[in-house]
Amino acid sequence: MGFFHFLKAEVSRVFQVNLSAIFNYIDCKVRIFGSILQFLEPVKSCSYESTKPHVDKNQENAVSAYEEVSKKPKYKKIKRQQLKEWRCIDNCFWIIGYLCTTWWLLLFLCNFLPGVKVPISPGSRLKNEGLNAHHPVVLVPGIVTGGLELWEGKPCSQGLFRKRLWGFSFAEIFKRPLCWLEHLSLDNETGLDPPGIRVRAVAGLVAADYFAPGYFVWAILIENLAKIGYEQKNMYMASYDWRLSFQNTEIRDQSLSRLKRKIELLYVTNGYKKVVVVPHSMGVTYFLHFLKWVEASPPVGGGGGPGWCAKHIKAIMNIGPAFLGVPKAVANILSAEGKDVAFIRAMAPGLLDSETFGFQTLQHVMRVFRTWDSVVSLLPKGGETIWGDLNRSPEEENVCYSAKNKYLRSFSKENDGNNTDPRRSIQVKELVKYGRLISFGKTASEIPSSQLSFVDPKKFVHEYAPVSSTSCEELLTEYDEMSRENIKRVTENKTYTARTLIHLLRFVAPKAMQRAEAHFSHGLAENLEDPKYSHYKYWSNPLETMLPDAPEMEIFCSYGVGMPTERSYVYKMSPSDRCKSIPLQIDTSADGSHNGCLSGGVYFVDGDDSVPVLSAGFMCAKGWRGKTRFNPSGIASYVREYQHKPPSSLLEGRGTESGTHVDILGNFALIEDVLRVAAGASGTELGGDRIYSGIIEMSEQIDIQL
Amino acid sequence: MSLLRRRKVPENEIQSDVEPTVDAEEDYKKSKKRIKEGKKQKWSCIDSCCWFVGCICCVWWILLFLYNAMPASFPQYVTEAITGPLPDPPGVKLRKEGLKAKHPVVFIPGIVTCGLELWEGHQCAEGLFRKRLWGGTFGEVYKRPLCWVDHMTLDNETGMDPPGIRVRPVSGLVAADYFAPGYFVWAVLIANLARIGYEEKSMYMAAYDWRLSFQNTEVRDQTLSRIKSNIELMVATSGKKAVIVPHSMGVVYFLHFMKWVEAPAPMGGGGGPDWCAKHIKAVMNIGGPLLGVPKSIAGLFSAEARDIAVARALAPGVLDTDLFHFQTLEHLMKMSRTWDATMSMIPRGGETIWGDLDWSPEEGYSPCKSKSRDDAAQISGHHENQTPESKAKYYRYGRMISFGKDAAEAHPSDLKRIDFRDAVKGSSIGNNTCDVWNEYQEMGVSGAKAVEEYKVYTAGEIVDLLYFVAPKMMARGSAHFSYGIADDLDDPKYSHYKYWSNPLETKLPNAPDMEIYSMYGVGIETERAYVYKRTPTAGCNIPFQIDCSADEEDEDSCLKAGVYTADGDETVPALSAGFMCAKGWRGKTRFNPSGVKTYIREYYHAPPANLLEGRGTQSGAHVDIMGNFALIEDIMRVAAGGTSEDLGGDRVYSDIFKWSEKINLRL
Repeated sequence: MGFFHFLKAEVSRVFQVNLSAIFNYIDCKVRIFGSILQFLEPVKSCSYESTKPHVDKNQENAVSAYEEVSKKPKYKKIKRQQLKEWRCIDNCFWIIGYLCTTWWLLLFLCNFLPGVKVPISPGSRLKNEGLNAHHPVVLVPGIVTGGLELWEGKPCSQGLFRKRLWGFSFAEIFKRPLCWLEHLSLDNETGLDPPGIRVRAVAGLVAADYFAPGYFVWAILIENLAKIGYEQKNMYMASYDWRLSFQNTEIRDQSLSRLKRKIELLYVTNGYKKVVVVPHSMGVTYFLHFLKWVEASPPVGGGGGPGWCAKHIKAIMNIGPAFLGVPKAVANILSAEGKDVAFIRAMAPGLLDSETFGFQTLQHVMRVFRTWDSVVSLLPKGGETIWGDLNRSPEEENVCYSAKNKYLRSFSKENDGNNTDPRRSIQVKELVKYGRLISFGKTASEIPSSQLSFVDPKKFVHEYAPVSSTSCEELLTEYDEMSRENIKRVTENKTYTARTLIHLLRFVAPKAMQRAEAHFSHGLAENLEDPKYSHYKYWSNPLETMLPDAPEMEIFCSYGVGMPTERSYVYKMSPSDRCKSIPLQIDTSADGSHNGCLSGGVYFVDGDDSVPVLSAGFMCAKGWRGKTRFNPSGIASYVREYQHKPPSSLLEGRGTESGTHVDILGNFALIEDVLRVAAGASGTELGGDRIYSGIIEMSEQIDIQL
Repeated sequence: MSLLRRRKVPENEIQSDVEPTVDAEEDYKKSKKRIKEGKKQKWSCIDSCCWFVGCICCVWWILLFLYNAMPASFPQYVTEAITGPLPDPPGVKLRKEGLKAKHPVVFIPGIVTCGLELWEGHQCAEGLFRKRLWGGTFGEVYKRPLCWVDHMTLDNETGMDPPGIRVRPVSGLVAADYFAPGYFVWAVLIANLARIGYEEKSMYMAAYDWRLSFQNTEVRDQTLSRIKSNIELMVATSGKKAVIVPHSMGVVYFLHFMKWVEAPAPMGGGGGPDWCAKHIKAVMNIGGPLLGVPKSIAGLFSAEARDIAVARALAPGVLDTDLFHFQTLEHLMKMSRTWDATMSMIPRGGETIWGDLDWSPEEGYSPCKSKSRDDAAQISGHHENQTPESKAKYYRYGRMISFGKDAAEAHPSDLKRIDFRDAVKGSSIGNNTCDVWNEYQEMGVSGAKAVEEYKVYTAGEIVDLLYFVAPKMMARGSAHFSYGIADDLDDPKYSHYKYWSNPLETKLPNAPDMEIYSMYGVGIETERAYVYKRTPTAGCNIPFQIDCSADEEDEDSCLKAGVYTADGDETVPALSAGFMCAKGWRGKTRFNPSGVKTYIREYYHAPPANLLEGRGTQSGAHVDIMGNFALIEDIMRVAAGGTSEDLGGDRVYSDIFKWSEKINLRL
């Protein structure tokens, strides 16, 4: 019974606190409200609501005469009475009831309003054109967007069996945040499940149709595919646990084997028609890994034999592909922050760092992130050749426009065709040194390379922090094991390029990098024939693998452009020297003076908000174009860009012409392309390349042996 | 304006709050009056309503808040406080014993329990894309009933999708874990399996469109190919044979699958003659209507069952009137008659199995009085000691449909039957105002009369009767199902797929290591035969209904409201669920040439002790048995590598062996 007492006490306490707060608030509102109304319409007569309407009839008659006389003088007394009747709580009820009723009424009316004129969906339009389901479609979701559910957990997760931990309402984050984090993190040594916890990917189309209620990922594409005749039997969502490294999804869940079997089944049951694969974001590199895996011989590979891809796959329509990595991932590993977090910090300094919640959000998040091997797969690949060195970068001529300019530019380009160079008219004052992915201090990101000082990264030595960290009871991140002097030495190296960055990361996150580098490689192959490249860690890097021998296959790189996208960062040491804090953070005070490429410590380039154009488009624009060493069989590759246009009104939701990383899945032009290819069209029938950005020029600047 | 005025109240009140006026006691009542008067003038009842709504909302929110703040173990705590400590769920218990996931498990849901969702529909179904039409909340049934019926109906000619409509089974474990929110089907079993290490990769829900005939699921959705591919995948990745757990109609469906997968393409799956031996360790049938269900006859014949008959007895007229301008039963009948799968449940084996006019295997059965589980456990296997002769009547269960109680009880020599088969069907009554078309209108009054005059129908004659009353449906169904007993199983005609789902017309696959379990609940009255009558009103209605006035005064009677009941799991009689494993497949028989081992596992029904227990952990009812701890434990032991010895072989409470003895079937 002790438990009951505890519960009772707890509830009453919480209740009192809550209610009194709410009542105070409402009371205050009522007063304000009242005074406003009084101002609007001075009170002439008063009206009351009685909670006890059962007044004696006789009495009523008896007093009525008296009342007639003494109406005016009694006025205030009545009010006083009213106070007794109308206690605060009644007021609250009244207000709440009033609000609720109004809300319901509005909701009801809203349902009867004629719907917003939505442009006819590509699915219905193409159906009228006579398109029908032809090739089976396989959807490969990216990182983060796939749902994860609990199959076995610690006692704190009771009642969550087969409920989503990731995706949908995320209600558990608020209810039991530490429990939630514990279940989502993986083992720090193996990168697999921690003992006693099994969190698995949701299977089926529901895995990634909606990320949260109302926030579509694949739903719109699925709906449009269904309009031309697709259903479960010719559409498959290849969900996988996106936290694991790609090869581990096979080891733990046999995800790659399942995908292989599913594609074979779709191929056979749909009359031996080849499959169209639509990967998104990280799913792109996952599927690249699959292509190599399936043709490799067991036990490492799937044993499909060298002709498997040619036999089963018609086209790969990569959406928002992160082929060459995402700079965002660097910031993620370094300090668990991105543009958004840095922005919050700038707006409300101290909120994230303070211990207001008794819970160091970022540190916990970082610890969890670093157990996810897949994050490492997103680090920039190809080193300085692709991403630029201290002085030059392929995007250096990029000019950061204001939103208006961007729109105008795309507008003019659409009208004038491709021969006008949009950059010609704009004066470029200074080239941004994007190659310096991480710089410590704004000046370091701008000064000529001759003025930069360097420390040999090999000198980064782990000296375990002596006294300072002993005061921390619990080590949250690997930063806690390092002494501040060590970290300071890291920052002396002022700037890091895509090549040296790896050293930095190895230093600040030794365990995570060591684990993940057994699964991923970020280099650029000199000689693809080298037998070492048959190891699976190279399979997801397009610069270290050859595409399969499937000359009839087509590869599309479809992505949005026209959104400022993170490309490089200005960092600083965090001021606080407390234990359990992340010593590095984005220097939000670093703002661009000239063309606005730098804002809040982040340099931006063109892209889809997450993936820079360079990473998404380079392989299709140059690396795989024609017969190259990366593409020995000459698979046709196409670049399809979609200029971002924000939704014109709120009613449009996330827009039908959006180019952002996830919202592009609702872009009608893209959906139409996917539908046409699924119904049998080839790349040339779509119209070949469709380019708005400077991807071709950028690619030309990259000096890579093909 | 009115809005503004209403809002004044709080303001006034506050004003009064500010001004310190001394109040006299005698003015109190007057002021109250004034209030009332004031209310009459300015205060509408809207304000009271608002107050009321707010009050309700607040209470609701508080309760919700309390509910959410309640620790998850609270209900269990209360239950344990009242009923004493609960037994560990089998998953926890077996995990302590050290059992681990070993063989992959495949679930095959039965009819009705699997969810269906919309992929393409008419205008009226807008916004329902990929929403469940069947299963879940059934919200659409109330919102747009006709539209719903329209989309659930299949084409009357082909038994496939009507043009412009695609309703497809939900896939994945969610397809049948819960039928409606809170009403579990497979969820309990899944949760327990997960405790010993099962997860999505080692469990597979073979969801199929249960409205279609079995072969059509392959033709339209390639469901059988998918099941084959998935089983192969799981066997390949785990290196262990699969344990199949079909439920209800899934049992027959899987029987069809086993024949299909070994048959050569294109009709079959082309898996070769040893596919089952290579891929299947055990088939654990739960409540399998291997020989059909008498309930389906009532369903097909007059779209009703005992529950509807009871509803009619309680409130006559509700279902029949045009009160809602919607002829519920007629619509239901029209819809369910397009579902080929219902025809797979028509009793098979004719009079040999189900009994003829004078005889039935279950005669002398009088279980309706053995109420307690302990009794039954004691007498299990020794039912003879119970001396039922004293009281029990010899019900003539063989007469599956009788017109009138007298016909059901009369001595065979007293029955005067006029053959209905050649009877001329009356032309349409000319009343074409009916908004629901069904085949009964074509039959006319004279046809209905002819049916009635035949008085009594046995299992074999039922099929003829259905041909007579529903020719189109049966024409469709006869291409997919067969209900007979094979004389010579080697006859080449039996390679046709329509025989594959009938255990009496197929051989089990050549897989001597395989095990087949028949697991079903007993101890619940189960519909076995019906007393019918012709409805008094002619016109658009269904001309027959169960005669719910046919009753016996005796409490223990097996005849209630026009339905004869026998032992079973409330839906499937024990005879249908158990006969094949008790006799038809026992040892090496012609139906089981390779000698696949068969076992019977019966679970005696014990209703939940109190409301807190929900649907009980010892239930034997057709669907609730999926939460029966004993059954779950059996399945888990087999899935973890156990054999029949670990389970203890047969476990029998009913007279199934005795009844099987009486059935004279050449083996």
